[in-house]
Amino acid sequence: MKKSLIQITISFILFLIAMIVPFENDLINKGLYIIAYLIVGLEIVWKAIKNIFRGKVFDEHFLMAVATIGAFAIGEFPEAVAVMLFYQVGELFQDYAVDKSRKSITNLMDIRPDIAFVKRNGNIEKVSPEDVKIGENIVVKPGEKIPLDGIVVDGNSMVDTSALTGESLPREVNVGDKVLSGCINKNGLLTIKVEKEFGESTVSKILDLVENASSKKTKSENFITKFAKYYTPIVVIIAVLLAVIPPFLLNMGEFRDWLYRALTFLVVSCPCALVISIPLGFFGGIGGASKIGVLVKGSNYLEALASTEIVVFDKTGTLTEGVFEVQKVEPVGISQEELLKYATYAESNSNHPISVSLRNAYGKEIEQSKILYAEELAGRGVSSNVEGRGILIGNDKLMKEKNISYTPCNEIGTILYVAIDNKYAGYILISDKIKPDSFKAIKTLKANNIKETVMLTGDKKEVGEKVAEDLGLDKVYTELLPDGKVEKVEELMKDKSERGKLVFVGDGINDAPVLAISDIGIAMGGLGSDAAIEAADIVIMTDEPSKIGTAIKISKKTMRIVKQNIIFAIAVKVLVLILTAFGVSTMWEAVFADVGVSVLAIINSLRALRVK
Amino acid sequence: MKKSFRLKGLDCANCAAKIEERVRKVDGIEDASVSFMTQKMVIETNSDDENLLKNIKKAVKKEEPDVKVEEI
Repeated sequence: MKKSLIQITISFILFLIAMIVPFENDLINKGLYIIAYLIVGLEIVWKAIKNIFRGKVFDEHFLMAVATIGAFAIGEFPEAVAVMLFYQVGELFQDYAVDKSRKSITNLMDIRPDIAFVKRNGNIEKVSPEDVKIGENIVVKPGEKIPLDGIVVDGNSMVDTSALTGESLPREVNVGDKVLSGCINKNGLLTIKVEKEFGESTVSKILDLVENASSKKTKSENFITKFAKYYTPIVVIIAVLLAVIPPFLLNMGEFRDWLYRALTFLVVSCPCALVISIPLGFFGGIGGASKIGVLVKGSNYLEALASTEIVVFDKTGTLTEGVFEVQKVEPVGISQEELLKYATYAESNSNHPISVSLRNAYGKEIEQSKILYAEELAGRGVSSNVEGRGILIGNDKLMKEKNISYTPCNEIGTILYVAIDNKYAGYILISDKIKPDSFKAIKTLKANNIKETVMLTGDKKEVGEKVAEDLGLDKVYTELLPDGKVEKVEELMKDKSERGKLVFVGDGINDAPVLAISDIGIAMGGLGSDAAIEAADIVIMTDEPSKIGTAIKISKKTMRIVKQNIIFAIAVKVLVLILTAFGVSTMWEAVFADVGVSVLAIINSLRALRVK
Repeated sequence: MKKSFRLKGLDCANCAAKIEERVRKVDGIEDASVSFMTQKMVIETNSDDENLLKNIKKAVKKEEPDVKVEEI
């Protein structure tokens, strides 16, 4: 890179001298032009010659060589040098831009840990993360990257997950918590028991995903590849015809003039600007998205996302927290504390999620000796004896069956009626909570002109409809079995326009079939879940559904940039071709147009990398 | 079966497309995809022909002699 910069500078100085200084002997000027040309162009001419022997005629080096040598032949020395010089400037700039863009992605890849400190035989050994086995203990000092996924067995600390999630707030971890590779340990010494080999760890999976993201080609890229395939030969053929037909067959003017026009054609015959700016744009978009914790598995998905019309959400775990919490404790005749205590004790031996919610709300140790008896009554609840008192806890069926007079409650969620010694003692309401971020998510989608927002859930009608109403969703389908979700998505697919796309958003764990049939499958909370990363096309590393709107915005911006580049570059090239054919534009304009378009398209592409 | 290669020295987007096209025509290759940005090529193959790698390298060399193919 440095070498070519020096070559360009020297060549440019010689070129200027030849242009400005009127040497007495014209041959000195010509000699300077030729030297300046050879400094920047020899390599290209040489490549062109080599390529001819390999049967590659429409190669860009060949075209440049023919255009410039042709210019020399008809005595246009300055043009010949200028074309080669600016062509090289364009190439240099291209390399710089690609390099910069590659680097910004590699910076992202900087999450790859190089070393691990593993405890072996009482010593701490410094090894490569690949050499650590499952079950071994590793030590991570403050400021270091966590090299492998595992569980904290000693110490506590704040960890910075921003490299994975884009979330800037550090998270606290204690003994027993899971930590993921790629995070940075901020302040405490952690000892971690390794749970996954390096190849299977979060950081490896993410790096793999990002690195392979651009291997899936977009429609725009395929269009340009095809365009390039025909564009160059067509321009070259027209150039040949232009040099031959008007002067010889139509007797229109001098051969030399027409040859000059034909050579000018060759200068703009390379589709480089287009071909490079499109993958560069998508690459930037993918890079920008991953900065905010949205991993896009292929440029084709980023392209498709821009035409999203319908967004279908799974409810539990996606729009709601997926954690059932005690929302209300309404005692009758006893204290809240007592009601919660008896309910928790009675349910404590059940493995139903309700039991966990009660224990979390109660928050105190459970003394098993106080539970004298407990029996699960399938589909109704639990009958138990705690501290000598008979406890009945369950749904309305249980109350009716045991002839307990209770006050029916109409709130949404799971209602647990409690009776103590056959007397109604009140109820406890347990329900899932809508994520605060979900409200913002639906708003951003509507602001981005998404036609329809739909929620699918296996949950009860009242619960599902309440959530949908609170969030302002357009449609809701409730009480669906997993295959029912597939059916509904297939139905919804018919609602969209021909080019519109349907996006399904789930937690990726039991949504695999739906994720697969949708145009774009997005898995949320992908951090640490391999299933999600496997099944989805786009993975949102955090639990925030609002990132979907952001991703759509990034996709639209990327598509705008790509389209601008395609239209702008093709328009300028065609314009130059027309002007040249009529003899209005010279080789000077052609080379400036060609290099200028490249530079502008590349600068435009780099915009895609920036995310607000 | 998927295999990845690093294409060292791949410095032009048009060449990436041409390499892709040529490698696709190699015997035993189901699909090939070259990413100019990451300088990587991913191929899909069912063949266990030991000459496959040699043929891929040959195809790439024919298009771009300066590009080096490394299996990863």
